[in-house]
Amino acid sequence: MGSVASEKANQLAKHNPKTRKIEQMAQNMANTAPVKGRSLWQDAYHRFFQNKAAVISVIALTAIVLFSFIGPYFAVWSNEEIDWARLGKATEMGAPSLENGHYFGIDNLGRDLYSRVIQGTQVSLMVGLIGAGIAVFVGTFYGAAAGYFGGRIDSFMMRLVDILMSIPFMFILILMLVVFGRSLYMLFIGIGLLAWLDMARIVRGQTLTIKNKEYVEAAIATGVPSLTIIRRHIVPNLMGVVAVYATLLVPGMILTESFISFLGLGVQEPNTSWGALISEGAGTINYGTTWQLFVPLFFFVVTLFSFFFIGDGLRDALDPKDR
Amino acid sequence: MFNFIIRRLGIAIPTMLILIVFSFSMMKLAPGGPFTSERPLPPQVLANIEAKYGLDQPEYMQLFNYMKGIITQFDFGPSFRFKDRSVNDIIAQGFPVTLTYGIWSFIVAVTVGISLGAVAAIKKNSWLDYTAVGITIGAQVLPNFVMAPILVLIFTLWLGWLPGGGWNGGEWPYLVMPVIALSTSYMASIARITRSSMLEVLNSNFIRTAKAKGLSNGSIILKHALKPTMLPVISYLGPAFVGMVTGSVVIDQYFSTGGIGQLFVNSALSRDYSVMMGITILLGALVIIFNMIVDILYAWIDPKIRL
Repeated sequence: MGSVASEKANQLAKHNPKTRKIEQMAQNMANTAPVKGRSLWQDAYHRFFQNKAAVISVIALTAIVLFSFIGPYFAVWSNEEIDWARLGKATEMGAPSLENGHYFGIDNLGRDLYSRVIQGTQVSLMVGLIGAGIAVFVGTFYGAAAGYFGGRIDSFMMRLVDILMSIPFMFILILMLVVFGRSLYMLFIGIGLLAWLDMARIVRGQTLTIKNKEYVEAAIATGVPSLTIIRRHIVPNLMGVVAVYATLLVPGMILTESFISFLGLGVQEPNTSWGALISEGAGTINYGTTWQLFVPLFFFVVTLFSFFFIGDGLRDALDPKDR
Repeated sequence: MFNFIIRRLGIAIPTMLILIVFSFSMMKLAPGGPFTSERPLPPQVLANIEAKYGLDQPEYMQLFNYMKGIITQFDFGPSFRFKDRSVNDIIAQGFPVTLTYGIWSFIVAVTVGISLGAVAAIKKNSWLDYTAVGITIGAQVLPNFVMAPILVLIFTLWLGWLPGGGWNGGEWPYLVMPVIALSTSYMASIARITRSSMLEVLNSNFIRTAKAKGLSNGSIILKHALKPTMLPVISYLGPAFVGMVTGSVVIDQYFSTGGIGQLFVNSALSRDYSVMMGITILLGALVIIFNMIVDILYAWIDPKIRL
């Protein structure tokens, strides 16, 4: 009985133009290549490169990083050499000039500011990146653990963050630098350990929402250990938020380091950083050697701006609330 | 409300204790005792001096005595560098200066920041708004240690209007540049927060209702929009206060105002641990108390927090 009915339908379909059209369409669809889905990261990539300020910032930042690596090959004077002919005559003879090889002028001790700025750029960027790296690492795992375990553990861990947050850390950091000796190493640790608190809070908030997703539930149900869930399922999904705040952390770290170096408590001679250079420049503006202030200030300001705009661009690109 | 205050005290007191214990152990970890000098003292003299300052006792007793001194008599002990002065004397000399320009900076940052942000939000997309947004973006990269030399360059060296440093009992020409340098970046942050918060509030339903009732613009903003706008601003006041307390170190150092920050840096450079510790604890206490007041204020305005 059934086969007779289907034969009838087939015959009908042959003569019905509408059905034929639909069949043709189905054929066409089957022949064309499958539509490519866009992943979250591709989408973000696309959005980010439509943001003009962010793109210009990426270019500016790349230029500064390249400058700190390639710049030394064009230097006429090294960063330690003292130009005895111009020492003490910075006001009259120390201004930036192409002829004598002091592209950015000389500093107060007769050293070439061009080479000093390159040295300072390397140190400042390194402090920024390593400090932010430490903060991101500690903050992400601390926040993810607090958010994931929840309950008493969470409230204890977050209470600790609250307590640490209401301490004026700059003073503690200076105290530490004085007690344990002023070294770059100490600066990295001190600044990094100071900044993970915000990161931990943000990550915890995100973890709380991720924790209730089905795939985490599935992982728990299949008996995956907690630490593996944090490492394999929670942390990778936090990466968007972490990326945004990491880019915003770097300028924060550079600011902190510059602050301490400005006070003369950070990096020590012969090492230098933007903060130390700005401090030297600020100390000599009375003598009319304004380039000693403005050259390092220029690099400092451009870098901070770039990081802020890149961070903003990333936030707009990765923020799921916006779609 | 009462429970909330108690709970908040439950954070503040341990924080304070941690701060004291931490700075005390840092001081004990520091290499070299307070009385080691190039010329070694005869052991008998050293023992006598240590007995006088109570350094011959076990360390937990020293910590206990130190805390007892602070809590009962507000006494931070003697300075290790200046044998004839106590930490209290040194702090008392610098604290009024810092307090004066600190309070002014705070007032300027809050009033200018809130008005700038509110005006920008009310006149959205006008030239006023763009100027305000431009200022807030620019000020992000102008922290106090950048503002200070630039201000001196403009107002002292080029224009010759203001003295480039000193305090002179806090006369206003000496006060202008420290206050501007310290408050600018916080003013900008407050303006930015106020603007975005106010924009959100102005788009909400209860403001539409108020408009539909036919209220005037002025009374809508003052009576309805201002209070909810303030919540994020209030929660930023704590960090802003910490930032300003920290920034005072730069201001004191650059303008030679002789405030507490200058004393802190000087004692750091000469390793006068007891003065450093006293200042850290005092400012820490100030920050902790301020944060507590801000939280209580927040809870008072926003009842959701009290739960």
